[in-house]
Amino acid sequence: MSAILTVEGVNKNFSGLKALDDVNLSVEKGSVHAIIGPNGAGKSTFLNCLVGRLIPDTGTVLYYGKKPEGETLFGLPPHAINQKGISRVFQTPEVFEDLSIFENAMIPVMAHHDGSYKFNSWGGVVSRGEIVDNAEQILEDVGLIEKRNVHSGSLSRGDKRRLELAMCLAQDPELLLLDEPTAGMARADTNNTIDLLKKIGEERNITKVIIEHDMHVVFSLATRVSVLARGHVIAEGAPEEMKGDPRVQEAYLGGAHL
Amino acid sequence: MQMKDNILVAIFAAVILTMPIWAGAVGAGYPDLLQKFAIFGLFAIGFNILFGFTGYLSFGHAAFLGVGSYTAMWSFKLLSMNALPAVILATLLSGIFAAAIGFVALRRSGIYFSILTLAFAQMCYNLAYSVLTPVTMGETGLTLAADDPRIFGGAGVEAGGALPSPDFFGLSLSGYNGFYFAAIILVIGFYISVRLYRSSFGLMLLAVKSNQNRMNYTGLNTKPYLLSAFVISGMYAGLAGALMVVIDPLAGAERMQWTASGEVVLMTILGGVGTLLGPFIGAVTIKYFENIFSAFNDAVLNQIFDFLPDFIQVIWVPFASLFVGKGWHLTLGVLFMLVVIFLPGGAMEGFRLLKEKLFKKNEDAAETAKAGGTE
Ligand SMILES: Nc1ncnc2c1ncn2[C@@H]1O[C@H](COP(=O)(O)OP(=O)(O)OP(=O)(O)O)[C@@H](O)[C@H]1O
Ligand SMILES: [Mg+2]
Repeated sequence: MSAILTVEGVNKNFSGLKALDDVNLSVEKGSVHAIIGPNGAGKSTFLNCLVGRLIPDTGTVLYYGKKPEGETLFGLPPHAINQKGISRVFQTPEVFEDLSIFENAMIPVMAHHDGSYKFNSWGGVVSRGEIVDNAEQILEDVGLIEKRNVHSGSLSRGDKRRLELAMCLAQDPELLLLDEPTAGMARADTNNTIDLLKKIGEERNITKVIIEHDMHVVFSLATRVSVLARGHVIAEGAPEEMKGDPRVQEAYLGGAHL
Repeated sequence: MQMKDNILVAIFAAVILTMPIWAGAVGAGYPDLLQKFAIFGLFAIGFNILFGFTGYLSFGHAAFLGVGSYTAMWSFKLLSMNALPAVILATLLSGIFAAAIGFVALRRSGIYFSILTLAFAQMCYNLAYSVLTPVTMGETGLTLAADDPRIFGGAGVEAGGALPSPDFFGLSLSGYNGFYFAAIILVIGFYISVRLYRSSFGLMLLAVKSNQNRMNYTGLNTKPYLLSAFVISGMYAGLAGALMVVIDPLAGAERMQWTASGEVVLMTILGGVGTLLGPFIGAVTIKYFENIFSAFNDAVLNQIFDFLPDFIQVIWVPFASLFVGKGWHLTLGVLFMLVVIFLPGGAMEGFRLLKEKLFKKNEDAAETAKAGGTE
C-alpha cells in the first residue's frame, strides 16, 4: 500500500501555545486512520493545517491524490484543495442553514459536476435530471430523503452532521476528513453512521481520517490509530495494540474511555 | 415550479401594464410617477440580486445609475435619439464599470465591502464634478444640444428649433409611451430575476449568503459567483439610469450621490430583502409616498388642520411640516425604523403573516364547523 498523505515535521503555534509540535504522520491509501487524543490535543488544528484553513509554521504535507507524485497543499485556497479530492466534515457541522436539505444536497453534486464555477443562470435547478437524481440518492443513503424540504437550520446536530457527511460523499472524494462525525448523535444514529461509513468503505475506495472520542466508533472502523497529546503524536499502531498501550491510558488521564 | 413562476410573472406583467388604467384610483395616475415606479422598481429588483441573494450590501449602486444615464445621453447626442441603442450601451458600460469596482470591493466582505462600494461611488460622484466635466458637464448636467452630431439621424436642428426627444423607432416616448417602454423593460427584468433565482447559479448565490465556508470546502470559489451577481445588479442599475434619461433627457451627477445609493437599500429592505417581489413593492411604496408627502407645504397643512383650535394649529403645523415637503425624508426614516423593528422581513413578511392569520382563521372556522356537525 502507498501513502495518500505524508505529514512531516508540522508545527503550529498560537501566540506561544504549541498546538502542534513536530507532527509526523502517514496515511495509507484506503485505510481508515483514526486520530484520538484528549480535548485540546490539537486534532482539529491538524485537520485545519491539511485543508488550508491554517498554514503551519513549519513542516510539509504531501498529498498523493490522483497523481502518483506528491504535491504540497500549502498555500492553496480551500476550494482548490477540495477540488483535488479532499472533503471535510467539521466538528461543528457546516451546512447551508438557510437552505432546504434537498438544496444542500444539490450544491455539492453541482459542484462535482460543474467545477468550481459555472454560470448556469437560465435552466431551473430542478430541471437538472441527473443531478437531482444524484442528490436524492445521497439523501437516501443517509436517511434524510423524507425531510428533503425541511430547512437544514432546524435540524438536530446529529442530522446536520449526517447531511454534511452526505454532502462530502456526494463529491466522491479520495480523502475524507471527519472531525468527530458522531458527536452529538444518539446511539442508534451513531451506529447508522458507522454502518454508512463501512458501506462506503466497501463500495468506494475512500481513505478516511477520523477524529473521534467515541472508542466504539474508533474500534469499529479504524484500521490504524494515532494518539495525539499536547500537539505531539505519542503512539501509533493497529487498534488492538493501542487499546492496552499505557501511554495512551496516561494521555487520557485515567483512561476513562479505554 | 416553473408554471408557478410563469404565472407570477404573467400577473406581474398584467398589473404593471394596466397601471395607467387603475393607478388613477389611488391618486397615482400620472405618467411621471408611473415611470418612476417602473424605473426604481427595476433598480431595486437588480439591487436585490446582489443584496438579497448573496447578502452583500452595496452602498454604491447609484454610481451605476449615473454611468447608465451618461452613457444613454451620449448615445442620444452622438448616435441617434432612438432609445434602444441608448439602453443597450448603458447596460453594457455599467456592467464593465461594475466588473472593475466589484473586482476590488469583493476582496472584502461585510461592512468593509459596503464601505468600499460607498467610497467608489463617492469617487465617481466627485470625478463627475471635477476631472470628468468634459463628459458629464459637471454641475450644469449633460443635456441635448442643437449641434449634437447624431450620426444615425436627427442631427442638424435648426437654430432656435425644438430639440429632438427620445423615441423608439419613430414612436415618441413622452408621457404614457415612456411609461410603457420602461414597464416592458421592468417586466423583462423581473422575469430574468425570477429565472436567475431558480437556476443553479441562483442557488449558488443563496449558498454564498448562507455559508461561504461550506462553499469553499465544497470546492466552490465564491468570488466569481459574487462578481457575477455584482455585475448583473450593476447592469440593472445602469439600465434604470438609462431609462431615466429616456424619459427626461438630462443627466446630472447628483444621481450618483450616496443618498441615491441609500434609497435603493431602503426600498429593498422595506419591501423584503431576498424576495422576488419585495424590492419592487418597496420602490413603489417609497416613490408613492414621496409623491404625496413632498407635495405638501405649510399652506396645504394649514388648510388641512384648519379645524384645530388656533393655538394648537400654531404649534402643530410647523411640527407637521417637518415631515412633509423637503422634510419628507424624516417620514421615510420613521417608516423605515418601524419596519425594521416590527417587520424585519419587510412588506413581504407582512403579507405572509397576514395570509397565515387569515388562513388560520378559516381553518379554525372550518374546524369548529366540523366539530359542531358531529355533535
Ligand atoms: N485559531 C486558534 N487560535 C488560538 N488558539 C487556538 C486556535 N485553534 C485552536 N487553538 C488552541 O489550540 C489547542 C488545540 O486545539 P484543537 O481545536 O486542535 O484541539 P482538539 O484536539 O480538536 O480538541 P477537541 O477534542 O476539544 O476538539 C487548544 O488549546 C486550542 O485552544
Ligand atoms: Mg477538535
